[in-house]
Order: sequence, then C-alpha cells, then structure tokens
Amino acid sequence: MNDDVLAIETRGISKTYGAGHTEVVALCDASVAIPRGRTVALLGPSGAGKSTFLMAVGLINPPTTGQIAIGGVPVLDGPVALVNLRRFRRKHIGYVFQKSNLIPFLSARENVQVALELNGAPARQARRRAMELLDELGVAPRAENTPAMLSGGEQQRVAIARALANRPSVILADEPTAALDSHRGRQVMELFRDVAHRHGAAAIVVTHDHRTLEVFDAIYQMEDGTITGGLALPTDAYSSP
Amino acid sequence: MNLAVKDIQHNLGRFALTVLGIGMLLMIVMGMGGIYRGLVEDATLLLERIGGDLWVVQRDTRGPFAEISRVPRTLAHRLLAVPGVQSAREFVFHTIQRQHEGRPLRMSVLGLSWPQDKGQWLPLVAGRPLAQNHFELIADKTLGLRLHERIQLGKETYTVVGVTSGMASTAGDGMIFVTVWDAQVIQFDAPGEAIRLERAAREHRSRTEDIFLHQPLLAEQLARPTADLPAAASPELSAVVVRIAPGANQEKVASTIASWSDVSVFTKAGQGELLLKGMVDKSRRQLGMFRTLLTIIAAVVMSLILYTLTLDKLHSIALLKLIGAPNRTILGMILQQAIVLGAVGYGIAYLVGQKVFPHFPRRVVLTNEDLLRLAIIVLGISVISSVLGIWKAMRAAPNDALMG
Ligand SMILES: Nc1ncnc2c1ncn2[C@@H]1O[C@H](COP(=O)(O)OP(=O)(O)OP(=O)(O)O)[C@@H](O)[C@H]1O
Ligand SMILES: [Mg+2]
Repeated sequence: MNDDVLAIETRGISKTYGAGHTEVVALCDASVAIPRGRTVALLGPSGAGKSTFLMAVGLINPPTTGQIAIGGVPVLDGPVALVNLRRFRRKHIGYVFQKSNLIPFLSARENVQVALELNGAPARQARRRAMELLDELGVAPRAENTPAMLSGGEQQRVAIARALANRPSVILADEPTAALDSHRGRQVMELFRDVAHRHGAAAIVVTHDHRTLEVFDAIYQMEDGTITGGLALPTDAYSSP
Repeated sequence: MNLAVKDIQHNLGRFALTVLGIGMLLMIVMGMGGIYRGLVEDATLLLERIGGDLWVVQRDTRGPFAEISRVPRTLAHRLLAVPGVQSAREFVFHTIQRQHEGRPLRMSVLGLSWPQDKGQWLPLVAGRPLAQNHFELIADKTLGLRLHERIQLGKETYTVVGVTSGMASTAGDGMIFVTVWDAQVIQFDAPGEAIRLERAAREHRSRTEDIFLHQPLLAEQLARPTADLPAAASPELSAVVVRIAPGANQEKVASTIASWSDVSVFTKAGQGELLLKGMVDKSRRQLGMFRTLLTIIAAVVMSLILYTLTLDKLHSIALLKLIGAPNRTILGMILQQAIVLGAVGYGIAYLVGQKVFPHFPRRVVLTNEDLLRLAIIVLGISVISSVLGIWKAMRAAPNDALMG
C-alpha cells in the first residue's frame, strides 16, 4: 500500500432503522474519503447518526445501501459482506466506544492481551506489548485489576490500549474522552494522532470537546444523518464540499 | 490465555458451588448404578462362592433362595450313588430375625455340611473357619458382630469365630454360617413348653393307638428328643448342591436326577437366572429406571446451568465477536466450561462416593466398566447441554456489546 490508497472510503452509505411509521433514517448518503495517516474529528448533535456511521465504517452494523472500502479493499456493498468481516475487524480495525467495553472477567492487561492473542500473537509477546500500551496510557499500575475495580477514565484508557494493540489501519473512537479530564483527553487525542501518523493509520474520533479540535487534520460535521465538511485533498473524491 | 479458565477464576465461588451440586447429583447417579450392580453381584456372588454345578431342590419349587424348598436328608446319599456325581453337599438356608443387644438383627443362616465343609471357601477378613461341629459361627461384617462375641440363637449360645465381607443374601441381609446341624437346630427351635406339649400328646397317642399296645418297646422310645425318633420325620434340608466329577457329562447327570419324581434340578446358571429374573428383577428394574431418570435430570440441570452461565457472559461474547474473535474461540470457551463442569463434578462424585458408599446399607459396587460408562455419559451430557448455551452465544451480534 502506498499513501495514495485511502484508508477509509465510503460511497453514499445510508442506514435506516425499523420500517413503516417507526422508520428512522440514521444515516443519509454519507460519503467520506480519508487517506492513511490522517486523524479526523466527527462533530454533531446528539442523534445525528455519528455512532451509526462509526458502526457502519467499523463493519459492525452494515449500512442499508452504499459501499465501504478499507485500505483500498471493498468490504461492504450495502449489507452484503465482501470479505470475512470478523477477521477483517480483528486485523484492521481498533475501536473505542462511548461506554467502555471491557470484558469483566479479565484484568486490564488481559483485556488488551486477548485482542493481541486473537490476532495470533504468542502469549508472552502479547503480554509484553499489552504492558507497554498500558504504560503508555498511564494505567500500568492497574494492569492486574479487573474493570470493575477501575475508574471510568481508567477503563476508557484500557479500551484505547486494546484498540491500538494490533496496530490497526483504522481507529474508530466514539467519544473516547468523555470520562477523562481535559488534560488526559488532550493526551489521548494526541496519541491517536501520533499512532495514525506513525503507522499510516486513519482515525475517526467522535467528540464534543471543541478544545482539542486543533489536534485533528480535518473536521466532519454531521446533522440528521448527513456528513459535511472534511479534507481538501486531491484524492478526496467522495466527501461533500 | 484461556478464556474459560479466566471466567471460572473470576466467578470461582459460584462455580465451586455449582460444581459441588453437579458432583452430588452425579454421585447419586453413580451410587444408583453401584447399588444396581451390587444387587446383581450379591446374587451371583453367593452362587459363585457356594460353588457346585447342580442344585437339587424340592420338586416343582424354585428354591432354595426364591422360595422354600424341602428335601430329605437322605437325598445327599441317593445323589452320591448317581454316576458322575463327585460330591453332594447338604444345603440349609433360611432367614431369621432376632433381637441382639437391643437391636433387631436380620440374618440369613447358611448351613455348612460338616465335616467336608468348614467354610474354608468363605472370604474371611478376620478369624478362622469352623473348627468344631457345634456352637461356632462365622458372620458377615455387615451384621456388626465382633470376633469372639457370643450370641444366643434358640436355646444355644454361639461364638463368632470368623468374619466375612460381602456375604449378603439377595435381600441384602448379612449371612451367618454354621454347620447344617446347627442351622436346623436354629430353624426348628421350639420353646420348652411346646416340646412338653408335644411329648404329652405323644404319650396320649401311645395309650390310644394300637401300634403301641402291640409293640411296648416302641413306647419306651417316646421319651427321646423329637428329632431322634426313628418314626418321626427328621428335619429337612433346603437343597443339595452337587458337584460333577471331572469328565462327567453334566447334562446326563442332571437328566438322571430330574427323572426322580420328588426333586427338581437346576444348573448353577439356571439358579442364577432364578435369582436375577425372579427375586431381584423388580428392584433391579426399579433402580435402572431411577438411574435413567436421574441421568436425564442431571442433563437438564447441567443444560440450565450452562445456559445461564452463557447468558451472564453474553455481553462479553458480543464484545469478543466485535474485536474479531472467531466462533471457534467462543464455542471453545463454552464447551471447555461445560467439560470442566462435568469433569470436576464427576471427580467430586467419585471422591465423595468413595467415602459415602461404604456406609450404605446395601453393597455399592463400582465397576471400572460402569465408571467408564458414566464418565462417557457425563462427557456426552456436558457437550449436549452446552448446545443451548452455544446456540444463544452464536446468535449474539457484535453490536449487542454496544447496547444496554
Ligand atoms: N438500533 C436502533 N434502532 C432504531 N433506531 C436507532 C437505533 N440506533 C440508533 N437509532 C436512531 O438513529 C439515530 C442516530 O443515532 P446515533 O446513535 O447514531 O446518534 P449519535 O449521533 O451517536 O448520538 P449521541 O451523540 O447521542 O451518541 C437516532 O435518532 C437514534 O434514535
Ligand atoms: Mg453516539
């Protein structure tokens, strides 16, 4: 892959929940193109469809229509999977969700380690890398505690460590800093940016925190399922003006 | 990292209790099978230990165990005259229930045909075989009689000289072994008053019946004990056990004896059949049904447990799918827990059973074959009962992790 290849490319994806009079159009003809190494922020009011968009790009909740390509590989055509989604997620995508989502019966370290082992890392190596990541996020002292014994912010940082564990080419974060103080929040955003730059990954971060926006390479706005704004780049063929 | 083990460690207390419960349930299944096996074994062991090839009993009876059989003492001598018979042992068998040291003592009395048979063949765990033809007995340890203990049976006192293990009748009563003569004395023991009344009746007959008037010498005999009277019937045996001489044709001997109109003949296998098909059949079938039901119950309980264990983990399972865990990982986690549950439960059942079963009133026999079969069944149950949980887990969608 070279830098010309788009890390994330969506073409007119739409998502409709329900049917008939309960129908909700959560995503409407959303197109983005994000090259490798870039970090973008996704802003928008509650209910705008930010999480829905992230779950579509993250191959968790496929769109109703539209295409998604990751790293130049077409992966979804509407709801139809063109690759083994689970394997693709494991290898290429790292998630941090609105609520911290850790496995309650595993310690902080094991939560990170399991993602590495699932991707084929030998136990010892996975363990070492998990500790490095936790250290980088400042939660190494709590490595052997289970999620129930961690604060919301600590849980969120463990989740971030897990998301970065396999050096994904796509990082998707849904309000990752909501549980963190502004200093930590900024640190995490910078971490995303650095990881993206260093590994040639792309990151989409949903945030409400306008103080950290200068960290990002671009900003998308979202309202009623429609995306506006974005990058002014030559390869940027599908984003709206 | 083994997710199944991690989850168990995290919920160790609850898992331990669950596994203990399963273990107890499996122990009962195991014990039920052991009682069933013990029943069959008690019946066959008795015949096996007594030995002999043919059982000669009263005509048209299924004695001596299944029902009462009476044959005359002389039968043994008649049988010895049949070509091909090596030995003919007198066999007396009956059950008595007496009070001993304030508790009811139910025993099956087996007569040994002294002097050929002193009980050398018995599985003695203490003491010795009989050394004299009267007032010594060998008792099974389930009766709780100690070596050298004295016990009153009828008008005589007997000393326990030997203790056996595992000698019980088909009803599960512990056995005692005495000489045939003693066995008959115990069986036909009559109170003193009854004997006096019988003697008085005899004297009355001697004055009224012609035969005594014609033969005065006969009247003199009347003062002797009933059993010694030549004219009165002597106590009878339950059966005679015949051993066939080496090289002789058992079927030929059996058909010779069967042609006598006062007795019936059974082979050892036939006698075993009578015990299993007749006497213990109902309890055997009952136990079999019970065991089957318990196995089904264990399967249902395990299914429910594994299902709830999976339900509790559903969020984690969705999350694992989300971060890309293949189905094999999730299936493995549930299956491994099921097998750990089954295996540890089985282990507990076995260990606790070893401690508990010897205190059961009836013998519990755990054969390797039965243990292996149960182990395979438990393994099968573990796998089958995790199906419900696996089905639920497979239906969990990755985005379930983001809800609720
Ligand atoms: N599973 C669902 N079924 C039906 N409607 C849904 C579902 N998930 C989301 N929606 C609807 O889709 C719209 C977009 O929701 P989404 O969660 O994407 O918003 P959001 O921008 O992430 O909001 P917030 O900032 O509050 O997290 C909302 O109107 C929501 O009610
Ligand atoms: Mg949201």
